[in-house]
This record gives sequence, C-alpha cells and structure tokens, in this order.
Amino acid sequence: MPSESFKKSNEVYNKKASAAKSREDAREFTTISGDPLDICYTPQNSPDLNGGGYDDKLGFPGEYPYTRGIHPNLYRGKLWTMRQFAGFGTAKDTNERYHFLLEHGQTGLSVAFDFPTLMGYDSDHARSRGEVGRCGVAISSLADMETLFSGIPLDKVSVSMTINGPAAIVWSFFIAAAEKQGVHPSKLRGTIQNDILKEFQAQHAWLVPIDHALRIVIDTMEFGAKEVQQWNTISISGYHIREAGSTAAQELAFTLANGFEYIERGIARGMNVDEFAPRLSFFWDVHLDFFEEIAKFRAARRIWAKTLKEKYGAKDPRSLLVRTHAQTAGVSLTAQQPENNIVRVAYQALAAVLGGTQSLHTNSMDETLALPTEKSVKIALRTQQVLAYETEVAHVVDPLGGSYFIEAMTDRLEAAANVYFKRIAERGGMVNATKEGWVQREIHRSSTAYQKAVEDGRKTIVGINRFVEEDEKIEIPVLKIDPKVDEISSDNLRKLRERRDAARVKKALDGVRAAAKNGENLMPRFVEAARSYATLGEIADVLRGEFGAPVEPAF
Amino acid sequence: MTSEKIRVLVAKPGLDGHDRGAKVVASALRDRGMEVIYTGLHQTPESIVEAAIQEDVDAVGLSILSGAHMTLFPKIAELLRSRGAENVVLTGGGIIPKEDVESLRTLGFARLFGPGSTTDEIAEYIESEVGRRRAAANH
Amino acid sequence: MDSLVERFRSGDRRALARLITRAENRSPGFAETLDAIYGSTGRGFRIGVTGPPGAGKSTIVDGLAAAFRAAGDSVAVLAIDPTSPFTGGALLGDRIRMRCTEDDSNIFVRSMATRGSLGGLARATVDAADLLDAFGYKQIMIETVGVGQAEHDVMTASDVVLVILYPGGGDSVQAMKAGLMEIADIFVVNKSDHPAADRLVDDIEQMLELRARRDAWRPPVVQCVATERRGIAELVLRIENYKSAREAAGDLAARRRERREAQVRRAIEEELALLLFEKSGFQDYITRELDRRRPPYAIAAEVVNLIKNSLKHAI
Repeated sequence: MPSESFKKSNEVYNKKASAAKSREDAREFTTISGDPLDICYTPQNSPDLNGGGYDDKLGFPGEYPYTRGIHPNLYRGKLWTMRQFAGFGTAKDTNERYHFLLEHGQTGLSVAFDFPTLMGYDSDHARSRGEVGRCGVAISSLADMETLFSGIPLDKVSVSMTINGPAAIVWSFFIAAAEKQGVHPSKLRGTIQNDILKEFQAQHAWLVPIDHALRIVIDTMEFGAKEVQQWNTISISGYHIREAGSTAAQELAFTLANGFEYIERGIARGMNVDEFAPRLSFFWDVHLDFFEEIAKFRAARRIWAKTLKEKYGAKDPRSLLVRTHAQTAGVSLTAQQPENNIVRVAYQALAAVLGGTQSLHTNSMDETLALPTEKSVKIALRTQQVLAYETEVAHVVDPLGGSYFIEAMTDRLEAAANVYFKRIAERGGMVNATKEGWVQREIHRSSTAYQKAVEDGRKTIVGINRFVEEDEKIEIPVLKIDPKVDEISSDNLRKLRERRDAARVKKALDGVRAAAKNGENLMPRFVEAARSYATLGEIADVLRGEFGAPVEPAF
Repeated sequence: MTSEKIRVLVAKPGLDGHDRGAKVVASALRDRGMEVIYTGLHQTPESIVEAAIQEDVDAVGLSILSGAHMTLFPKIAELLRSRGAENVVLTGGGIIPKEDVESLRTLGFARLFGPGSTTDEIAEYIESEVGRRRAAANH
Repeated sequence: MDSLVERFRSGDRRALARLITRAENRSPGFAETLDAIYGSTGRGFRIGVTGPPGAGKSTIVDGLAAAFRAAGDSVAVLAIDPTSPFTGGALLGDRIRMRCTEDDSNIFVRSMATRGSLGGLARATVDAADLLDAFGYKQIMIETVGVGQAEHDVMTASDVVLVILYPGGGDSVQAMKAGLMEIADIFVVNKSDHPAADRLVDDIEQMLELRARRDAWRPPVVQCVATERRGIAELVLRIENYKSAREAAGDLAARRRERREAQVRRAIEEELALLLFEKSGFQDYITRELDRRRPPYAIAAEVVNLIKNSLKHAI
C-alpha cells in the first residue's frame, strides 16, 4: 500500500497538473470509448498489485489467471500466426490468391465468403444477383470447396473460415473436401467462426431464428469434440460488435457474455465443460486507442479464466485460455488519403502484439474503397513481418505489465464488464437481451455518440475532420471483380446438378430434415449431404423450411 | 395548421448486414426533424420501392456494403420510375468505388455519400433537394 | 387534387399514399377529399392494437396480417410512433417486424408519427383509416404508440381493441393500472410460453370480475407466442366472434357513431383553434395582457365572453 506521505505528494501533484494549462487544440482527454483519463497514473491507481495482489490479478505468463498471457514464453516459443483474411470471385480466383499468400510467407489461411454464401443462398439464387464473389468467395457446394483448396494440403495448413448462419454446412463441405484429399477429420486444424449470437447483435449474417441457430452451434461443438478434436468450433467474436460501434468495454462484456452462453448450453447438452471449452477461441478487434486495446486483451484473459474456473468448474487449464485472433479495426480506416491507413494498421498491430494475440490479420489500406489488391495485401502482411522481425518487441512477454496505467485500465475494463454482466442477467440473459434488441440498442447508442464526437471535432480523424486535403485525387488502384463471376458460378452449379446422383442428394436432404425435426445432432447429416454434392442453398432451404426466418428486433 | 414534414425511407438493400451507418444516419435525420422510416435489413429492390410508395416518402437513402450496388441501385431507380415516383430524391452510401459513383450519377443518384461523410452533409442535401423539388412541383 | 381522387378510385396505391400525406399535413382541400370518399367508407373492419412497450404489438400485427391474407382479405396497417417534442422528427421502425409484407402488395403499411397528439394516435389516424377503408382494404389494423400510458384514442378509432400484455416484468401491471383494462375488447397474453403467463391470465380474469362494462361483452383472454405465430388462429376467431356478437347487439353501429362525433368535434376544435390563435388577433391580445401582469384566468374568461357574445348573434 502506498504510504501516507506518498498519498500526500500525489495529491499535491494532481492539483498542480490539473491547474496547468492544457493545449488549445485538444477538446477532451478521454479514451476512444469516451472514458476520462487521469493525467498521470501512479501506484495509487492499482494499490493492491504488490504481494498477494500480483498472484490474484496477474500471475506469471502461462499461469492463472493468465492476465499476462497464455504461454510462459509467448512469442519466443511461437510467433503469432499471420493470417490474412481473403476471398473474392470464384473458388478458382481465391485459390490463386491463397497460393500467392502462402508463397509470401503467410502461415495460415482465412476464408472470406461472399454474402450469398454467408446467408445460405446458392450463387444462382435470385437474391444472389450482383452479390456473387463481390465481398468474398462464392462457395455453393463441395465442388467449390475442392477447387478452393486445390493444391493446398489440408493436414498442413490451418484454415479459418468466417462463416456463421450456415457455418455447420460449410464446415461439412470442408470436412468432405479433406476426405477427398485423404485427410482424416482428426488431422484438421482451423476455425469456423460460428458465433451466431453476435450475428443477431451486430453483423446479421444469419439463417434461422436464434434458438434453432444455437442448437446447431451446440451440435457443432459436440461433433467437434468427438470427431474433429483439433478444430476450434466457435470463434467468439468481439470484432463485429466493435465494428458495429460499441465501446471497448461493451466489446469485452458482450463477447464474453456470449461465450458464457455457449458454455452453459454445452453443459446443458450434457457435455463436461472440459470436453469443449478448450476448442473455443476468441476474435477481437484492435482499434486505435493503443493502451485501451492492450488492456482489453488482458482483461479478457483474466475474466474468462476466473469465470470458467470458479463459476463453471473447469479443471483442464486449456479451458481457461483466451486464445486470440485479432484483426485491425476496419472502421478506423479512411477513404481519404488512404495511404495513411498503413500507419493506422501498424499501430493497431503493435497493440495486438503487446496484448499477446495468437493470430493477427492486418487490414489493407484500400479496404474502404473495395476488396484489397495484391499489392496492398502484401504491404499489410509486411507490416506484421516488420513488427515480428525488426522491432524486437516480441522477445518479452507482456512488456507493459506492471505499468500503472495499463493495470488501472485493465481493472477499469474488468469492472465495466462486470457491470454489464449484471445488467445482462437482469434482462434474463444474453439470448433474451438480444431478442429484445437491448444489446443492439446499446451498441447503437455508442456508435451515435462516437459519430457526434467526430462531427463536433471532439475526436480527430486525420484527413476527415483535420488535415483535410480538399479536392484530393485518390490514386491507388482498386481491385475489380470480374462481372462474369455470377455467370461462371451459376454455370458451374447447373453442371453440378446435372452430373451428381440425384437420388443420393434427395436421401441426404431427407436425412437433414429428419434430424432437424427429431433433435439428433445435425452434423453427420450435413457431412453426408456435402458428400452427395447437395448445395448450400438446398441444405439451408431444408432448415429454413423447418425453422423459419430470423426476426429482427425493434430499432 | 398545414405542416409538411420531410419523410425519408432509410433502406438496406442486398444481403449485407452492416447497419451501423444506416442507423446512425436514420437517427441523425430524425434529430433534424424528419420522419424516418427504417426498413430493416436484407431488403429486395421490390420491397424497398413498395415501401417508398406506401409511405409516400420524399427521399430514399440506401446503405450498402456488399458490392452489389451496381445491380441493386439501378434496379431501385428503375422501379421507382415505373411507379411514377421519379420525383423522390434518391441517394445512398457505402463502399462504392469512384467510377461506380460516376455511373450511378447518370442513373438517378445525383449524390452518394462515402466513408467520412458527416450526417449534417447528408441531412442538408436531403433538405435542399426535397425543397427544390417541392418548389418545382408547386409551379 | 381531383385527378388524385380519380387515381385513388381507380386503385392507384400511390394516390392513396399521397392522400394520406395530405390528411397528415392538413393540406388545403384535404377535408373536401375526405368528405368526397366518405360514402365509400364503412366496409372495412378496424382493429386497434395497443399495449405496453415490448409486448410484441408489431409481431402480433404481422401474424394477424398473414392470417388475414391467407383467408383472402386485403390488409392495411397504420403503425403509430412518437414524434420527438424537441426536434419534431420521428423514427418509424415498425416495418422492420412486418415480415409478411415483403413480397405481398395486398398489404399496405403506413407509418405515422404522432406530431404532437397525445392520445396514442396521430391526428390524422382516423382520416387515414377512412382512406384505406374507402380504397377497399378489408382488415385495417391500427397499432398505437405503446408507451404504456393511457392511449384512449384507439377506442373511438377502431371497431375492436386488442390489448397486448406479456408476462414477466411490471409493465403489464402498470398498463392495466393506467387504464388499458377499460378499453380492451380482447386481451392477448403474448409470450405465453413464459412461466409467469398463467399468473398474468389469472390477474386479468380477476380484474375483469371487478370492472363493469357498458355492454354485455366479456373480453376473452387469448394466449399467443407471436414470434412463432402460435395462438394467432384463435385470436382471429375471437375477433370474428366479437364482430358478429357486437353487430347483433347493435353496438358496433353505436361505436362508429361515436367515432364520427369525435371526428366532427375534433374538426371544429382544430378550425376554431386556427381561427382564434392564428387568423384572429387573440394571440397578440393574450401576449399583451400577460405583459401587463393580468392573471391568466381573467384573460381566458374575457376571451370566452367575447366569443359567446358573437355566437349569440350568429346562432
């Protein structure tokens, strides 16, 4: 505890510092989330860190409560995975990009799907018109998945797939594609995002109403634990919540609360928490507020470890770990002076690494204009390589641990998350709070407040509300998607439907329907449907027919 | 006791679910005194145009981030024209490359608002454009 | 204006929408238009839907709309949301939950802002309902603001009032205290899969024992899970029962008469207010007298006396 004389001199300092004149161009001194900041942090901000407080709140890296990191030697043992999210056009186009990325030293793959795929529509569906291959790769069947990973050994490369509503179906395509390569499911490493709660809260790529959707998610958890043991069956994602406009504290609280919901439902299914919790991973945003973001990663590890151990009785240390993928904040990029985005991304990447991430995607500078070009993706990847190999920041674990400021910020975010957990409980839990639209309205409130702060000039964005270049000509090339993608994909589908065994497809779809009705685990049925070359839309239609459409709550 | 409010339909065409911008703009237009009808996500061009007709709006603001704007935006403009509602101010925003902005200008979208636009700019544009068209209609 | 009415009569939905706007704006000539179509009203059935926030009014309306459409009836919905007293703007979000409208042009949904009206509806709601009725919509649903306070305007505006309540949380009890009990013709307990649903049904039944109605109707309590469209068929049946029972008793005509009386009174009030405060010099007079520190009731009494005197000469 700080001594009386220290407290006194701290008080004197605070008075003096507050009385000193602030510079005129700063209207407020807050985090990007709008929380006020002290001028300087001292031992008084985290008085309990010495002695017992250290063990309770921090521990050593690789030790409970894992605030300082999940591995004892972190990046000395293994650098983070440099995993650039990519996908566009047809499966063939994206396959070429994957080969390019792997040749340039990328160490894992991350699939971006187009909107029809994310929403469970085939490329030739009426609602897919104009959307096929635009924002990601179009995958309508096992055949597309085989093309996507042609020449890429699926037992060697870990693959992350950003897919939610139809995650179980698309994962089945992947499992079936690996079978075709002769790779057994137990050898597969990778992740499906499969975090349906945050879809209802923020991103809205959904398929069926929330209760049915959750059942399918738990089906994948159960199936993964038995058959695909190295696979991360949910990547519990704060990213989209933050991008939709939440504060850092909301991102932390809502994401962890979603995670607890999956844990509770897994237990309710009859599984032991240690059977499935080790296969849950996390996906965080890394925004511009450098210290707040680092503290967010640390607070997440501490809260998750403590809750899993104390509340859910996890015994396996792996159940307690927040294994993290991070992506730099897409919303922080500007269309104006786009080259500046390279700098933003670099700072964000540094924050993710100092926060102890296991995997990182760095955004490309041109992403507010279109999907990134090869050149801009390469710069983004090189940003990570410079960070990893030139700056020497990766040698020391949690280098900011013990900083008065970082520790105070970590405590503050933890406390803010606890307040949210209480409010969520009062609303009958996360599912109910989401159905009522409360979570969405909380996020909207924050996004509106931030927009106001920018428009009032309280928050500065270079090139937007300060240092603006009038009549700026943006001179970077933009990736163009071949408008023929629609046609090519539809054509492929038509041919597939002609050559596949129609009777086998029908039988497989009937199997899916039966399982949807009788409550058995859907995964084996999906895998069989994938093998039969039933399409995504056909399988999704069975689910839509049985379960209906999602309901959007009031705004 | 005659009072004319500006009525605006804020709509999300296409399959992308990013509604942060649409909702921020909807709230801002309400705060400027407009009556804002929000359609919700994943709307087809047909449902957007039918809503615009039924709600008798002065303006339609479209928000899209899926890259399908060159298919969906012209379709909406065409459907509005075919229903005799060409007087409705059409605008929008999202991730729309510059050359697409140019093409859309000739297709009924005089102005689009990309990343970095302020809600004031959008509101002022709608106010002045609706005012101009109302004045022209009264002559 | 005449061509708009012609287009309206020929079934042009855009003309219908435009005429509703004119009624909302009190545009010149709107009253004549409404009188011109008055003869065609009276064929549609008007269903008021009210209840506290979060009760699921829009979802019930969506379910009813789908059921009516399935039975072959055309459907119109007037969804009322509050106008901000500070900015005059409004966010009208009820379309979001009306899934059934997406690919069916035989459902007409119009969002209306209250624009300062306090009784739970917009000033022009009855006018808009008349236009929809004259246009040929068979089932016209009117969804009130639903802020939980007494929203009594819906009683005169509709032929039947559904009060939607939901178990858990105190809002429903609050709503009953605020006077929703008296205006309900049918109670709907939504989200009836909630464990406290039966208790809420009991509470309603008990309260019904204690209240007298003018007519012999005893409001039934229907249980629904609107998000899954459970209970909607029974609700439709109850609405039909109500309609035939009230028609047989002659109450429906009386209720519609009351609606027209209220409409006439309201039109007079609006015109007089306009005359007194905007077209005559009374507003200036009031300001001047107040500036002279004259007390408010004295000023009001004098103004009323002046009007009384001029009325004596007129009538």
